[in-house]
Amino acid sequence: MTDIGFMWDTFLTLLTGVPLTLELAVTSILAGSILALALSLLAVTGGATGRNIAGAYVFVFRGSPLLVQMFLIYYGLGQFRHGLQDLGLWWFFREPYWCAVLALTLNTAAYCSEIFRGGLRAVSSQEIEAARACGMSGVLLFRRIIVPIAIRHALPAYGNEIILMLKATALASVITIMEVTGLAGKLIADSFRAFEIFIVAGAIYLAINFIVTRMLLLVEFWLSPHMRMRLQS
Amino acid sequence: MSDRGTISASDNKDKSAAVSVKELRKCFGPLEVLKGVSFEAHEGDVISILGSSGSGKSTMLRCLNMLETPDSGEIRIGGEVYGLKKTGHRTVPADRRQVDRMREHIGMVFQSFNLWSHMTILENLIEAPVHVQKRDRAECIAEAEALLERVGIADKRNFYPAHLSGGQQQRAAIARALAQRPKVMLFDEPTSALDPELVGEVLKVMRSLAEEGRTMLVVTHEMAFARDVSNKVVFLHKGVIEETGAPAELFTQPKSERFRQFLSGRGDVV
Repeated sequence: MTDIGFMWDTFLTLLTGVPLTLELAVTSILAGSILALALSLLAVTGGATGRNIAGAYVFVFRGSPLLVQMFLIYYGLGQFRHGLQDLGLWWFFREPYWCAVLALTLNTAAYCSEIFRGGLRAVSSQEIEAARACGMSGVLLFRRIIVPIAIRHALPAYGNEIILMLKATALASVITIMEVTGLAGKLIADSFRAFEIFIVAGAIYLAINFIVTRMLLLVEFWLSPHMRMRLQS
Repeated sequence: MSDRGTISASDNKDKSAAVSVKELRKCFGPLEVLKGVSFEAHEGDVISILGSSGSGKSTMLRCLNMLETPDSGEIRIGGEVYGLKKTGHRTVPADRRQVDRMREHIGMVFQSFNLWSHMTILENLIEAPVHVQKRDRAECIAEAEALLERVGIADKRNFYPAHLSGGQQQRAAIARALAQRPKVMLFDEPTSALDPELVGEVLKVMRSLAEEGRTMLVVTHEMAFARDVSNKVVFLHKGVIEETGAPAELFTQPKSERFRQFLSGRGDVV
């Protein structure tokens, strides 16, 4: 029933979609993290107004399905084509690629901002006080003490979010993007051999995530000597 | 201490006073914690600040480096006065940069050490000298190693705080404060979080600092330290200085009833 030769051909075809999958994931994770950092800072330092703005953002983008957000941006905004053309933004919303990146970015920013907020709040006030007491403040305090400690707290949850995002790129296939899942859909339409093709597609995601989880473990290992090292005496 | 009457009308720097506090007041909500505290520390003074819990001694110490902002009063350290301003009901530092600048030269040792958990002991020591004071890194490392040697934990330089005992962590924290080349050292109950058998090693380091003539203000419950090491004792009770003077007189002939009670409550420790 299964045909190794066919699966190998499928694998080679789907492999050509991997760069696009990775590109979608990396772009939206990077952009989303920057947006998330701004949101979490707003939530932590922006007083009641900042907290409400960040809270509303998280509520909307975490509370509605990513697929709906993607449809809204790609198909929904198409209705406002003339307005977007007047604003000079049509080149962006015309491209399914950018619509997918935008939807993924906005969505992951909501989750990541909560992760970062948790990380920031977990920094002990005692360590911050020690830094203030020796003359640190503002950006220096943030860069040298708060961020390094917050990152260590946030890393496991952030790694989880990276993996979720990699898999979420599959949704971009529904707005005509030919990444791994998009290519798989096309192959199925040609051959009707859904089982083999999705097995291969699934295996590709599995392989990517295997590498990603190893890399995350490595980063965690590298960042936490203070948790790892034991008394040697 | 006899030249206290020489404070002139002009606002010139009083060279002998390393720290001077005048009419310090601080409320937390409806609770008035400091009700007009005044005292002076001269260069080389070791002042023990005693008092039962809630007497305001920690708050007073924390005002000296603006970890708490006083509601009113004047704090002068090394000849410089903290600028304060009123915004609504709150008093805040007039110039945050001035506060940062003054803090650079005030070493603070906390009750629970407050070492930075993500840095090795050596990194903890060179953090402020390199990144705040912008001193040469190699020079800071050499100085930090000498300080670690001095407090007896040179072999722990590449360890992380979590892997040290409480006594070692506190000695590292003292070394970290010393690495700032401070004019004044503040100790906020430095031995209160330690197991009894670890208290001695920290007190030994503090004693050696006192002997080399450092200006130290120590909030403590260690009566032996107050009596034997410090040259002045300040006893706070309910936000006012109830009694102050040289330990030899204070401990043998306490004038105030409160201080007598305080001492007798701990008579066995003395």
